[in-house]
Amino acid sequence: MREIAGLFRPLRGGLAAPAVFNLNGPAHYVNWHFFHMSVANVLVIVLMIVVFILAIVIPFPKREIEE
Amino acid sequence: MSPAEQQRMWTERVRQRAVGALPPEKLLPDRQPAYVSSWIYVFGVATIAALVVVIGSGVILGLKGPAWWHESGVGKFFNSVHLWSVEVFFFTMVVHLWGKFFMGAWRGGRSWTWVTGAVVFLIAIGTAFTGYLSQQNFDSQWIASEGKDGLNAVGIGAFFNVIDFGQMYTWHVILLPVAVAALVVWHVLLVRKHGVVPPYAAPVAAGGSAAPRAKEAP
Amino acid sequence: MSPQARRVDPAPLESADWNGPYIRYDLVKEFVIALVVVTALIVVLAILFSSPDDRPVTIQQWARTDPSDFVATAVTELDGSSEIATYGPPYTHTPGAGQKIGPLNLQSAAGVHLPINTSQDFVLNPLRSIPGNAALTEALRAYQAAPPAQRTAWTDAYTKGLDGAKFPGGIPQLPPGDYGPVAPMMTSLAGLAATGGLDGALLNSNQFYQTNYTKPLLFLSGGDYFESRAEEQHLLGTQWGMMNETGSYPGQVWLWLYTFWYQIAPFNTSVNADAQIWFLMAILSLAFVCIPFIPGLRSLPRHLGVHRLIWRDHYRPVEGDS
Repeated sequence: MREIAGLFRPLRGGLAAPAVFNLNGPAHYVNWHFFHMSVANVLVIVLMIVVFILAIVIPFPKREIEE
Repeated sequence: MSPAEQQRMWTERVRQRAVGALPPEKLLPDRQPAYVSSWIYVFGVATIAALVVVIGSGVILGLKGPAWWHESGVGKFFNSVHLWSVEVFFFTMVVHLWGKFFMGAWRGGRSWTWVTGAVVFLIAIGTAFTGYLSQQNFDSQWIASEGKDGLNAVGIGAFFNVIDFGQMYTWHVILLPVAVAALVVWHVLLVRKHGVVPPYAAPVAAGGSAAPRAKEAP
Repeated sequence: MSPQARRVDPAPLESADWNGPYIRYDLVKEFVIALVVVTALIVVLAILFSSPDDRPVTIQQWARTDPSDFVATAVTELDGSSEIATYGPPYTHTPGAGQKIGPLNLQSAAGVHLPINTSQDFVLNPLRSIPGNAALTEALRAYQAAPPAQRTAWTDAYTKGLDGAKFPGGIPQLPPGDYGPVAPMMTSLAGLAATGGLDGALLNSNQFYQTNYTKPLLFLSGGDYFESRAEEQHLLGTQWGMMNETGSYPGQVWLWLYTFWYQIAPFNTSVNADAQIWFLMAILSLAFVCIPFIPGLRSLPRHLGVHRLIWRDHYRPVEGDS
């Protein structure tokens, strides 16, 4: 409980809960020929493709047909 | 008033057209064709849900003014909600777009549904752009200094000055969101009016019927 | 009808009301569930990762951190040789400036609507705002009274002298040379910048309230310091920077195609790259919007066949009919 309370501290005028994962450090990049993209962006694109594939592959709950 | 006089009334004509195009059972149907059974179909409504969060968090940021989120932890949280809701908005919109493309969703008189969706995608990119310009931090400085070259090169920069914070902020909080919201409403009404696009006809098998089951066109 | 029935044209049937089986579908419930799930996802992302907020660069910071770059840039703004001074519309009337798409020069056609005179706006007017400095007042008078050739000789000498300059406390100290009034002017400008007064002087016009940062940001963008800060964060055009964000955050991923063109020939070496790529993206965007009307493109999904996976439940009983 004390650890959680300690996360909240005043920030210039209000409370601030720092991020669980601090993404403000230098980024990592994927390099291939002229392709040079941040890992974060590559992850987002890959995730989009994965989610799209899952969306069309995973079965949708069957519903009763009404004529 | 005689029926003829009633018909001449503009209000009557507009009402008849509106109700004719979208009677209540079409505006808010409680059933869908049986082929609407894939997870890909939830990405349209997920995009709208994300847009609701974008606008909601944007309203809160606007209520407190553009300096608030730099100085307040709560403000920083709502800025984070606004940023991530935009990322989720574009994520779900792109998955929705891919699904609609592979379904050929413009078929059967649904061209305008595709057009309104494509245009709102492009306007959303512009809205996000003005948002990034309104951050009042290093990122917005750099984006403005780079963005000006593209816009100046085609003559737009003279009238749309990305370094003018007041102008960009106004475009971002009211002008472009109104355009996005109006187009989304139009897009959804078109989907309700025309219905969800039916599947492509299956290939003709020998002696079998290939046509989707539908009423013969009058 | 004979077994060799003619293929039914699906087009009129695709626009008709569906006359086949239906399922119950609660749209309002679906929307509420979507809203709850999406909101929860967004709040979790916001708590886990927060958002970036790198402090903006000020001219004061620039002058204190890299005084050499600041003064070198200021001299080019004074003598009108800087990138902004020779930019062309919408800032300056510079003959021959402006990017072209073939014979079309839209940049020039738009005209100068945000006039900037770098010499006056970035150097001379801010210097005139410094009170009680008789030496500076005299230097400004001498500079303005001198013919253009003399001014150029002073600024050229000063630029050369900067190679051997030292900057104790951010103030330029050049080796001996004939710099005329340019030396005290630059010394005063560097001092004004280091106090933060130049940020204010550039922002101020003739009214109290400001929301337009054109002058200070254009001045900043002329130097190497600002660009080096961006390069550290991989935000340059050559680094796919349009898509990137400060730190390790995802950026504007949807700009991937726009920034892609800047990385490849012929655009990566073209002086008209911005205009050419805008034109190309305008055409591609129009094509994207008009897919339903473009023969070939509009029938591509049928041939790609992904729909067979999406609608596999629908096709199963139909294929079983034969």
